[in-house]
Amino acid sequence: MTQQTEVTTDNGVDLAAILDARNALTDAPEAAQFTWRAECDWINGVHSKTTITGFYGLGEEQERSKEFGIDADHPPQFSASDEGATPVEIVLSGLASCLMAGLATVAQNRDIQLRSAKARVEGDMDLQGIMGINSDVRNGFRSIRVEFEIDADATPDEVAALVAQSQKRSAVFDIITNPSLVHVTIK
Amino acid sequence: MKTTSAIIIGAGQTGLAMSQALSSRRIPHVVLERGAVGEAWRSQRWDSLCMLTPNWANGLPQAPYNGPDPHGFMTPDEFAGQLEKYVRDFALPVKENINVNRVWHDSTHFRVDTSDGPIAAESVILATGAASRPNVPSFADDVPEWIFQITLDRYKNPRNLPNGGVLVVGGSASGVQMARELRNAGRPVILSTGNHVRLPRRYRNRDIETWLDVTGVLDQLTTEIGDVERAKRLPSPQLQGGTDDVDLNALQSIGVSIVGRFSAIRDGEALFSGGLSHVANSADLKMNRLFDLADAWIEEHGVADEIAPADRPGATVVPVNPRLSIPFDGGEIRSIVWATGFRPDFSYVDLPVFDRRGDLIHSGGVCTVPGLFVMGLPFLRRRRSHHISGVAKDAQELGDLIAKHLRLWRAA
Repeated sequence: MTQQTEVTTDNGVDLAAILDARNALTDAPEAAQFTWRAECDWINGVHSKTTITGFYGLGEEQERSKEFGIDADHPPQFSASDEGATPVEIVLSGLASCLMAGLATVAQNRDIQLRSAKARVEGDMDLQGIMGINSDVRNGFRSIRVEFEIDADATPDEVAALVAQSQKRSAVFDIITNPSLVHVTIK
Repeated sequence: MKTTSAIIIGAGQTGLAMSQALSSRRIPHVVLERGAVGEAWRSQRWDSLCMLTPNWANGLPQAPYNGPDPHGFMTPDEFAGQLEKYVRDFALPVKENINVNRVWHDSTHFRVDTSDGPIAAESVILATGAASRPNVPSFADDVPEWIFQITLDRYKNPRNLPNGGVLVVGGSASGVQMARELRNAGRPVILSTGNHVRLPRRYRNRDIETWLDVTGVLDQLTTEIGDVERAKRLPSPQLQGGTDDVDLNALQSIGVSIVGRFSAIRDGEALFSGGLSHVANSADLKMNRLFDLADAWIEEHGVADEIAPADRPGATVVPVNPRLSIPFDGGEIRSIVWATGFRPDFSYVDLPVFDRRGDLIHSGGVCTVPGLFVMGLPFLRRRRSHHISGVAKDAQELGDLIAKHLRLWRAA
């Protein structure tokens, strides 16, 4: 039962385009096969720079409108040059941004106007893992917390449902909470 | 060759309801059943199981429950007995112990090849149900051979499992019932759950089925449900016939440990999703939305005085740091019970009616080959479709469509 109502909600999300794409990809699942890419160059010490220029999807190579660069480094406490965020912080950023994108999209789909939204992400890590001090301690995060602060035209329950749905549809949430296969090779 | 107007395959509640619908329309037909009437209820259920819905909700078309215990919960055997009585009372044309090997179409008729020879018909109704084959994730193949594995069509009671700890996979009605039964039998139990549906047995001193019923939730049509494809895959709600709750809080109170969705096996370890708190929160949100509907219905009907005050169960409390991996050689897991749902089996249908994933294509039970119909699948026409209380309306509506098909077919 499709109801045509005047859309006044504007979260800057082109919902019609997303729904069109969803329909198109339902009919052509091969076009839904994407490969995302990033290229990382060592600069110096623990400073590196990742460049992102394109990806594969919709059946062909795709180019980005501009090149994106992400510097990664470590803080002075690690005797590093602090030229960028640490890789684990970039992971936290990826999680927050993915949930945020989902939040805006789901809100648009549910006709909920967002006024502001902030996510604070924290990841706990025991350095004994990566330092090789204690082999019982994992390298990665022991746990991650995301705290949203959302101002929207919606009840607290509706906001909670938005946040739940954004997790359900989040690629990075899935990548972090479920195992992924990683193959590292040398050319 | 024998010829009839319609052949119904399967004599469970949906096939029998359809038979009654066709009988009342004076459409000649036959119901073919591989075993006895209600076979799956008798042979593929575990010993302690009771129906998920109270007796009053388990009536059949033109035969509402009129026994002595409307608020009780029948056993599957008792329900199969009701189906047998239904066949007798309505003199339904059921042929038992007939295997259907192939359904196909020659240039004019459907042909159903059976262990008792071929039958031709103008229409075929697939009523073999949604739960024919256990749905087990492919990585089950990687479980070490010394771990005992069982699916719920074979499980009868805790004695089926070797002594030792059990990993129950799946937060569905059957998964939580398994976890409870095995824990109460003294086993160490770990329950792995992904998305699940939490419901208390009772709310405001009425069975939860009452609220699903009166608020119209069960009558929502497929067109009124946002993402019906996802809804179709939702596990059954965490309920058990009787009075006890079997949600994650109740299970933890008897010592069941909860972990996230079983997502992979790697290096001899079972790996579980770290998204457990998310699925628990989502289930609480959805449960509370149903309570909101029930509260609104009570308000709207001005009956708040006659009904107990709101008694919403507390939020699901899951471990802050649930385990993400368990090694198989650690001795904790001796058996795995796969409560990961079932899939329909239409492998006997030799017609171009399947999508690329192998799922039967249909719209409200009407298949893409004219004259072929299906019943008893989740959300076939409405949320109620795969509940016992849903067969009456589906059979009536599809009965009309079958009658129309036969008229058109004959006019052509």
